[in-house]
Amino acid sequence: MSETGIGAAVRRKEDRRFLTGRGTYVDDINRPNQTWAVIVRSPHAHARIKSIDTSAATAAPGVVAVFTGADMQVGGLPCGWQIHNKDGSPMLEPPHPPLVSDKVRHVGDQVAVVIAETRSQARDAAELVAVDYEMLPAVIDMREAIKGGSLVHDDVPNNTCYDWELGDKAATDEAFAKAAHVTKIDIVNNRLIPNAMEPRAALGEYDAASGDYTLYTTSQNPHVIRLLMGAFVLQIPEHKLRVYAPDVGGGFGSKIFHYAEEAIVTWSAGKLARPVKWVADRSESFQVDAHGRDHVTHAELALDKDGKFLGLKVSTLANMGAYLSTFASSVPTYLYATLLAGVYTTPAVYAEVRAVFTNTGPVDAYRGAGRPEASYLIERLVDRAARETGISQIDIRRRNFIPAEAFPYQTPVALQYDSGDYNATLDEALKRADFDGFAARKAEAAKRGKVRGIGFSTYVEACGIAPSAVAGALGARAGLYESAEIRVHPTGSVTVFTGSHSHGQGHETTFAQIVSEQLGIPFDNVDISHGDTSKVQFGMGTYGSRSLAVGGEAIIRACNKIIDKAKKIAAHVLEASEADIEFKDGQFTVAGTDKKMAFGDVALTAYVPHNFPHETLEPGLDETAFFDPLNFTFPAGCHICEVEVDPDTGVVEVANFTAVDDVGRVINPLIVEGQIHGGVAQGVGQALLEGCVYDADGQLLTGSYMDYCMPRADDLPSINAGTTTTLCKHNTLGVKGCGEVGAIGSPPAVINAVVDALSELGVTDVPMPATPQRVWQAIQAAKTAAAAE
Amino acid sequence: MYEFEYHRPGTVADASAAVKSAADGRILAGGMTLLPTLKQRLASPSDLVDLADIAELKGISVAGNEVVIGAMTRHAEVAASADVQSKIPALAQLASHIGDPQVRNRGTLGGSIANNDPAADYPAACLALAATIRTNEREISADDFFTGLFETALSDGEIVTAVSFPVPDKAAYMKFANPASRYALVGVFVAKTGGDVRVAVTGAGSDGVFRVSEMESALAGNFSADAIAGIAVPADGLNADIHASAEYRAHLIGVMARRAVQAAG
Amino acid sequence: MPVGVSMTVNGKAVTGSVEPRTLLVQFLREHLGLTGTHVGCDTSQCGACVVHVDGISAKSCTLLAVQADGAEVTTIEGLAKGDELHPMQAAFRENHGLQCGFCTPGMVMSAIDLVRMTPDPSEQEIREGLEGNICRCTGYHNIVKAIKAGAAAMRG
Repeated sequence: MSETGIGAAVRRKEDRRFLTGRGTYVDDINRPNQTWAVIVRSPHAHARIKSIDTSAATAAPGVVAVFTGADMQVGGLPCGWQIHNKDGSPMLEPPHPPLVSDKVRHVGDQVAVVIAETRSQARDAAELVAVDYEMLPAVIDMREAIKGGSLVHDDVPNNTCYDWELGDKAATDEAFAKAAHVTKIDIVNNRLIPNAMEPRAALGEYDAASGDYTLYTTSQNPHVIRLLMGAFVLQIPEHKLRVYAPDVGGGFGSKIFHYAEEAIVTWSAGKLARPVKWVADRSESFQVDAHGRDHVTHAELALDKDGKFLGLKVSTLANMGAYLSTFASSVPTYLYATLLAGVYTTPAVYAEVRAVFTNTGPVDAYRGAGRPEASYLIERLVDRAARETGISQIDIRRRNFIPAEAFPYQTPVALQYDSGDYNATLDEALKRADFDGFAARKAEAAKRGKVRGIGFSTYVEACGIAPSAVAGALGARAGLYESAEIRVHPTGSVTVFTGSHSHGQGHETTFAQIVSEQLGIPFDNVDISHGDTSKVQFGMGTYGSRSLAVGGEAIIRACNKIIDKAKKIAAHVLEASEADIEFKDGQFTVAGTDKKMAFGDVALTAYVPHNFPHETLEPGLDETAFFDPLNFTFPAGCHICEVEVDPDTGVVEVANFTAVDDVGRVINPLIVEGQIHGGVAQGVGQALLEGCVYDADGQLLTGSYMDYCMPRADDLPSINAGTTTTLCKHNTLGVKGCGEVGAIGSPPAVINAVVDALSELGVTDVPMPATPQRVWQAIQAAKTAAAAE
Repeated sequence: MYEFEYHRPGTVADASAAVKSAADGRILAGGMTLLPTLKQRLASPSDLVDLADIAELKGISVAGNEVVIGAMTRHAEVAASADVQSKIPALAQLASHIGDPQVRNRGTLGGSIANNDPAADYPAACLALAATIRTNEREISADDFFTGLFETALSDGEIVTAVSFPVPDKAAYMKFANPASRYALVGVFVAKTGGDVRVAVTGAGSDGVFRVSEMESALAGNFSADAIAGIAVPADGLNADIHASAEYRAHLIGVMARRAVQAAG
Repeated sequence: MPVGVSMTVNGKAVTGSVEPRTLLVQFLREHLGLTGTHVGCDTSQCGACVVHVDGISAKSCTLLAVQADGAEVTTIEGLAKGDELHPMQAAFRENHGLQCGFCTPGMVMSAIDLVRMTPDPSEQEIREGLEGNICRCTGYHNIVKAIKAGAAAMRG
């Protein structure tokens, strides 16, 4: 392995600019003659707009324009995935205008935009927009919403977007009829607010001379935004619309979606022929960035007398919020229910999911997107089943693991896992976590008045999203391939144009490692370009842990095309047959001779083709590949959490956290571990700290960091992260994806540990987030119940 | 933020005059609460009068059996002060856990108590230590100073200049922080000075900081955690929010009070 | 009414005319073009905006530009000496203490101030010292490692 090749812990290329304050985020970009937009948002969760008076705002100092929905008559924000109901009919897709005219449907809904010379002036004037609202009853709780008492959208009965199912119901019922034991659980997967540290921002610009639009935006997938906004909302053809997502300060899913503000600034820039910039306040981000999770589920697991799983039945309500965000509909269906077999051989699984509109902000993919909901459900159920049957947490899992020799393994819920070794990850995790020493640690904690518990989670997820044919068959309105262009410059350095987008993942480093190794050229001779639709041919962007498995494979294939072309050139120059040219370590050699040519010489020749046979050999060395994967990838792992609970206060401290994940081949271990650390932190956050709370009127009670508890350094331990490896079978690199595993595997491990700790106090369940108050209340309830017996 | 005029006078008298002459003047000390409030547009003062240049408001001194801390002394300075650490270590410890490091680098004692946020830490120390709040006009006992939620005995243009803390025999502060904001969900300051024991609670009371007389008398007889083990603080009148119900706060007052007594030794 | 401010930023004397309501971070970003200092929240908690004012860390989103009149301000742009990173910057790179880079400037500025107060901090002291800085990417694991290494390098 070279110091910069595949497998090396290369220090990141991008760090120097970030560490010296020279990154370029959207808010760092200012354009000549720029104006500022401030959005007038609804203070109410549900109200009819009777009138909007913009006259005072329009007359305020510095104001350039005020627009309402009546002015901005454009297409609605589209949803990218159509789900079908049990009866085969399509889901209901109510309109999603960038500026609403009829009624507001959640606190923060966009009512008007005020554009002024300065941000302060826009903000001052926004307060002068007078909206006359007729209050309507808000529906916040999904269980109420499906009764249809109050409708978020007048033409969506029972607020039900769709009622969907997956799996064989009859076979599952049959499995339950044979069960020796049934374990039941009612579970809430708490709603989360993504909170990438960079607030969203958008800057629209219009060139009246050329008719070209530019949108600078905080996006994980600029080409997707160009397509959605250009084709569906504003009807601007792609060749007249450039979308540029420069340095982006974290996304975690929340910057996948096409948001109203992007359309508003682009449209306004066209109207005013001046650049229009909008930057979210964090308070706005809390209200209008798409939230994550928010499931209410009842599930039952059937077991035989030996603890083998026979069947699983799942019924879930999934909150969509007030509108269908870009990929909202796919998250609780094809990214959730398809994972319900988990790492187990459960032969029959049946799931039904109702997607529900409420007067809350939109909900969509957030790190893990559906898979954390699945893993949390399965691993809590398995933990409970172990407690009920008296089988150990480890044994019940081993008895039901899909064995390593069973791959490829077809689950009863559509997916075919290509590779994995679940016992190996469990073994490695047990070793790393010093499982054998747990009893002694628990006894020592007891001396300090703390109750200590240990919790397990053995999960699998599906990422590397996605094979277009499969996605299309399931309702996706887009292909999910990725593209790469390798542009070899005349002196042999290389620029890689990738449709993947880095917003913290370190693509500039990882991708350069791959290209450097593939082409045998120095790491520093490779630059990665991404994020700008005017440079990059096309791309589907970064989410679903797809950058390496899909985007990386596209790069490999483009490299292979470069090598093929370069061989032709070398064959010509070396006067050999193309079939005799071998390529290794950056050298083209005529087999069996000492005749050779370095990669750089081939590159130069490609651009100085003085004697090329032009009929058969084109000048230049620049190749593009599009890669559409054959299957998802299936990272899996074992997370083991130890917690100590202070029974007097309910405070839970994560004492140890071990994560052993099989993410396939590791290109850069430093970056992979960093991804796992971050994912685990978000998972621990979900389990212990974070929860989005609306009151009954739809006011967001967790609307700032004063009330929404972000994990901080002193909330977390050091994370003991390791990997085991089985290679993915359907990409060249054998990579699976590491972006989401931390957030998928960790929440059940934490909660199972809390339940384990509190089991000696009679507690059997603790909801997420297990805040001190909730833990204390669970202890009190158990005490009261024990006293009553 | 709305627009305002900014003043930075050099003396307390000028500062007081500036506040009084303004249509709606506000004093700017460390700004750690005021500026976030203004950023959220929750207040719109006409004038801000910054006390930063008034040298007489800064510094820590020991006079007899009292530690006197100037109103514009930063939390970090209180936490790091050798005098405070040796005379009233509980106060240094309290200061070292206010907000975060950057809040402690800017936030001031005077600003904190004049604001009297019901979840602030210093009011508990002032009350438990029977501090005297000195202003440009008079001296006010802590018992009289904190009059309610964000309310104090200060009149318009009256400026806190210093706080004088009597040195206790024993004292400790235990804070149960709001996991999100890190303000006190419940903070209990226990101090024993001669035969007098005071137990002051912040974070929990809907009227701000308050004393728990039942605990005080029990501890006056027997300064041990056991002495208050059986005392349950009623939940009535305590704050309730998504982080803590009144019942949970009441429970935490007991736990934190016992731990404070233990820590005080 | 705009008022004049003058201060020293990264060793250079600067002046400007600002509304009193202008925050220091706005002055740095919008008037001086020093966009390395970021704004990640509006409640003074995330710490993306931390700079040094007279050598001490402060949240530049919770300080008016006029309050910093006459002060010496150091931002993330002022740490490196030419191409040579400050030891704390170098330690963040070496230990992969950053991902998206947005919280990083504030994190580094806080870390340097933490080491000023505590030259050889323990893991616990580092974690508590970062109470005013939020990172969503790293889980803090590598930030803690970086600060330990950076502190050692700063001790020399």
